[in-house]
Amino acid sequence: MNTETWTLIIVGITFAFYLYIGYLNRVRETAGFYVAGRGVPAIANGAATAADWMSGASFVSMAGLIAFLGYDGAVYLMGWTGGYVLLALLLAPYLRKYGKYTVPDFIGDRYYSNRARAVAAVATVFISLTYVAGQMRAVGIVFSRFLQVNIVMGVIIGMAIVAFFAILGGMKGITWTQVAQYGVLILAYLITAVAISARLTGNPVPQLALTFSDIAPRLNQIQIELGLKEYLAPFQNFSQLNVLFITLALMLGTAGLPHVIIRFYTVPSVADARKSAGWALLFIAILYTTAPALAVFAKYNILETLNGKTVQEARSIDWVVKWEETGLLKLEDKDGDGRLVMTSDNATSEIIFDRDIIVLSTPEVAQLAPWVVGLVAAGGLAAALSTASGLLLAMSSAFSHDIYYRILRPDADERQRLLVGRATIFVAILIAGYFGVNPPGFVGEVVAFAFGLAAASLFPAIILGIFDKRMNREGAIAGILTGLVFTLVMILLIRSDRLLGTETPILTSFLGVNAQGVGVYGAILNFIISYVVSRTTPPPPEHIQHLVEDIRVPRGAGVAVAEH
Amino acid sequence: MNQQQNDKMQAYWRANVRLITTLLVIWALVSHVAAILLAKPLSGITFGRIPLSFWFAQQGSMIIFVILIFVYAWRMNKLDREFDVHEE
Repeated sequence: MNTETWTLIIVGITFAFYLYIGYLNRVRETAGFYVAGRGVPAIANGAATAADWMSGASFVSMAGLIAFLGYDGAVYLMGWTGGYVLLALLLAPYLRKYGKYTVPDFIGDRYYSNRARAVAAVATVFISLTYVAGQMRAVGIVFSRFLQVNIVMGVIIGMAIVAFFAILGGMKGITWTQVAQYGVLILAYLITAVAISARLTGNPVPQLALTFSDIAPRLNQIQIELGLKEYLAPFQNFSQLNVLFITLALMLGTAGLPHVIIRFYTVPSVADARKSAGWALLFIAILYTTAPALAVFAKYNILETLNGKTVQEARSIDWVVKWEETGLLKLEDKDGDGRLVMTSDNATSEIIFDRDIIVLSTPEVAQLAPWVVGLVAAGGLAAALSTASGLLLAMSSAFSHDIYYRILRPDADERQRLLVGRATIFVAILIAGYFGVNPPGFVGEVVAFAFGLAAASLFPAIILGIFDKRMNREGAIAGILTGLVFTLVMILLIRSDRLLGTETPILTSFLGVNAQGVGVYGAILNFIISYVVSRTTPPPPEHIQHLVEDIRVPRGAGVAVAEH
Repeated sequence: MNQQQNDKMQAYWRANVRLITTLLVIWALVSHVAAILLAKPLSGITFGRIPLSFWFAQQGSMIIFVILIFVYAWRMNKLDREFDVHEE
């Protein structure tokens, strides 16, 4: 059987499996819809969190990104995992003890203010929407590449499937579907990585092969000989200051992303919330420690296979022809010497490959069976779909619970709230689908926005709400607004060439830090302003101080649930 | 809440904050310090076949992060019982 048939069969089977799980776990009450009835065991919640977290981009592009950035690719590895430590130690147990449904819920209650609730809800919707648009695009690309439909059709199929899961199953259905999706995506990733690792180094464990075989130094040597940047040396692509700030911004942003935080409301107890964060990071780290190894293997393999060959020799290899057709791999003997030579400059380099090719082409490059290619397609889809559904749910709960129920219509009954929740998901899917079909052309900027804003607004407000009993409404609102506005303006100015259409960026950096890292300054400003304003205004009322004392102690977490 | 109980809660919270601080210092040491601030000096030391700072940047920091969270969960469960604030 050929690759395409295998892909159809495997994607078909996995989808039928997800649909079955979604159907088994359909819900009828709000607690099930928002927080899965708080009945999810820590380890399952960990797997669901991992699937939620690892997007289509993590699966498809991250190893490729690292292969191009070398050492500096570590900003994504450390940034996207280090945030979980902050989450586990500083946020998850207390938010679980607090025991409501959403992030704006906590901020609104803790700062006794519907204005704070509204600001947090708007931030949640904005962060999640920017993020989900990219996911729908990834779904469309994977569908179109592997199922040979056009990208619009791919996005529409993806929208229909996500809508079915999220609207029918709410958090409960999504959680169990995500557990299954984690299984599919990690299996696909590891089979590929183990096979290429064993083939190139003789060691089947990619992490060990990266550290203890000579493949990384060999790649480094090849890069030096070709005049490319050194692979193993730091700060070849970003300055040291930027590496530090981008890593920090991604860490703080991860801990502040609403769709990640919300997952820790679904476990039965505070102790489970702590453990669950550990499981989540373990499941994430399995892929994230494999990615840098895969990056080295795949890049080494592609350079070894193609560099110095004649065009005819290169084109005698099957996968080279196939990927050349997609336009992701370009071969051209520009200087006419009959040999293909890779250089660091795309104008003269005779081998140019897109970073997405690293993961997607590996099964073929490593000459694995055709069904592995199908499995990788299914894995990429699982990653994109699970993240999209988690984001849609976070958005829907922020709107239907915090804005509609808590602010606009406090008298709404259970049925109306569920209806609004489902309607919000439907509308959000249409918007996300629109951006999937007509991508705004600045996906990188969108991600910088999502992480920068989460780091500069939600993260400090939640931390201070737990660890600073004296923090009051005035301080928190001033801090959130300062952090939000500062970060928004900075990203607009630094990326004005892409976002505002100016010829050159209005600012090249802020104190040496680029758009991806500037959220850290926003967070620092938020902390300072919150502190100063709170100390010059009246302390929070007595019952709020008791609330803070209460969330610091695990006992009674069950009671908080019963009140609903 | 009487005074004695109040003191106990204060002591529980202080122990928690102490544990969090210790673990976050390690968190910063293995990532921001070993892989970024000291990236150049540690490049001279080899671990396996790769520079030590590269190992921390792309492998070690993530492995240690996972361990830190499980240590926190384990120590806090013990602390909860010591101070009799664990969940029923």
